[in-house]
Amino acid sequence: MTPLSSQATPLDAGWDIEQKQVLKALDRRQGIDKGFSWLALLAVIFSLFVLVVLLVDILIDGVPVLSWNFLTSFPSRRPEAAGIVSALVGTIWVMVLVALFTFPIGVGAGIFLEEFVPDSLIAKAVEINISNLAGVPSIIYGLLGLQVFVRILFPITQGRSVLSGALTLALLVLPIVIIATRESLRSIPGSLRQAGFALGATRWQVIRSHVFPLALPGILTGVILALSRAIGETAPLITIGALTYIPFLPELSLRGLQSPFTVLPIQIFNWVSRPQADFHALAAGAIIVLMVILLLMNATAIYLRNRFQK
Amino acid sequence: MVLNKKLLRVGYSSALVAMMASLAACGGGSQTATPDADTEMAAGSDLSGTVLVDGSSTVFPVSEAMAEEFGAANPGVAVTVGVSGTGGGFKKFCAGETDITGASRPISQEEIDLCAQAGIEYIELPIALDGLTVVVSPENDFAECLTTDELLTMWEPDAQDKIKNWNQVRADFPDAPLGLYGPGTDSGTYDFFMDAIGADGESRGDYTASEDDNVIVQGVSGDANGLGFFGLAYFTENQDKLKAVAIDSGNGTCVEPSAETVADGTYVPLARPEFIYVKQSVAEDPAIAAFVNFYISPDNAGLVDEVGYVQLPEEVNEKVISRFENKTVGSVFEGKGSIGVKLEEVL
Repeated sequence: MTPLSSQATPLDAGWDIEQKQVLKALDRRQGIDKGFSWLALLAVIFSLFVLVVLLVDILIDGVPVLSWNFLTSFPSRRPEAAGIVSALVGTIWVMVLVALFTFPIGVGAGIFLEEFVPDSLIAKAVEINISNLAGVPSIIYGLLGLQVFVRILFPITQGRSVLSGALTLALLVLPIVIIATRESLRSIPGSLRQAGFALGATRWQVIRSHVFPLALPGILTGVILALSRAIGETAPLITIGALTYIPFLPELSLRGLQSPFTVLPIQIFNWVSRPQADFHALAAGAIIVLMVILLLMNATAIYLRNRFQK
Repeated sequence: MVLNKKLLRVGYSSALVAMMASLAACGGGSQTATPDADTEMAAGSDLSGTVLVDGSSTVFPVSEAMAEEFGAANPGVAVTVGVSGTGGGFKKFCAGETDITGASRPISQEEIDLCAQAGIEYIELPIALDGLTVVVSPENDFAECLTTDELLTMWEPDAQDKIKNWNQVRADFPDAPLGLYGPGTDSGTYDFFMDAIGADGESRGDYTASEDDNVIVQGVSGDANGLGFFGLAYFTENQDKLKAVAIDSGNGTCVEPSAETVADGTYVPLARPEFIYVKQSVAEDPAIAAFVNFYISPDNAGLVDEVGYVQLPEEVNEKVISRFENKTVGSVFEGKGSIGVKLEEVL
């Protein structure tokens, strides 16, 4: 038995040392873990704090001016009579058109690039270009829109119209939609496609009935994020010559597409830069309306996403 | 198949959303501009047409007020107003894209050439006056009056990294850091101010620049040793937070900026006219002519005050009216600025 005990002593001693070290290391690691979670919490608190300060500031300034009149009146030099109807309707018009343009084109391009194009040098080049386009400053798209849609396509768009504005914003957000579509399609396991092909389905059939429906929630999220970006854009629309004061609304017809327009961010920008404090309150009110539209859009997206995820 | 049906449903529901949105738009569409209680509706005005106004953001509040009142009296005429800045406005105007463009400075030589190339003739009409106001913090008790030379010392390009304290501007000012605030270099206000103090349109680069004059208001009011400049309206609206500096143009008299001193021509050299330029080829168009006449009519000059600018003196306004009646084309400033030019003499 002696060999055992004589062997056990150094082993025990060794075990003691190791245990201490392990426990110490464990303490340290858990300490770091805690520290990191605190840092992460701090980051959340900080960003939430900024958001809350902004929201509270806007709500305090803006809520008193919100009324039915504010939503249904045209802008005016007298703050108490001024409203946002032209900007609100312009924003809705433009956003509906942007959605109609970007969804089929963006999703179509994304599907083509992800599912149909073989991995080649050209495909890589296109991919890099699209990623770069997503990062181009929006005013550049404004200049492009001014030349192509306002000037060259004048016979179709009638210049500085709802249509020109929507096409310009659609160009701006297309790269985002394409990238989101591709990411979403990429997350669908390849085995699904293989299974479809094994059963003799064509590429179109596999995409239509399996891949696309599964990818749709992700695609929708991307589209809504893109639209959320478009709704706040001012620079490209000012560049193409969206108006600031407009005493009528586009009529609800094809001709309405060729009508001049303004949008909420432009109206807000205009009011913020006025000297009179009353206009600043109107700007805050318009910001609240813009935020509500944005939240409604996001809520729709989340609703649709949840429906398709079931 | 189930998924397909779902897909179809998305199609329908998004189409529905789109339709609802457009319907909402339509519901709003039946509204017209709220008729103005204090404006007499010109009964029987059967004018119709469109008037496209664009240009300077400084002139915008006046144009907006005019468009609003004119639209209330003439519901058949659609007056739209855009903001492209003075320079951007002239680009569109000289490309024939707008009927009227607002400008916070006279048309420049380059723009005259641009319009000439395109064959666009224009009628230049001063419509209001503004006084650029130099402001300091209310806590500043030493800068009551500054000469244009002192302003030049502060702002000229050579001052960069050198003039940093108030006592470098005038020896008996305290040794306090000088904080400068002003509009960005793209703005017509900046150009005019630098020209007026003799800095040839260029300034030092190390000042706090903002395109939004309200930011300059915030900056100066929060900096006991700050100094900034902008249009008179931004001072009148913030008199509790700022103190205006009187300006001595070099003859030893200090003139406070105010509607009176701007109107009577004593607030030199920082008072400036604001303009609209009307395309000559459309000046006979009934709707556009009616709008311009409304704009320059003395009956509506109250709107100019209301949005924070200064009315033209009566005799100048009469000349402006006859200028439009005679459809006199061209610029009286010949491509140069409006500094030191007396409107009643040149018109």
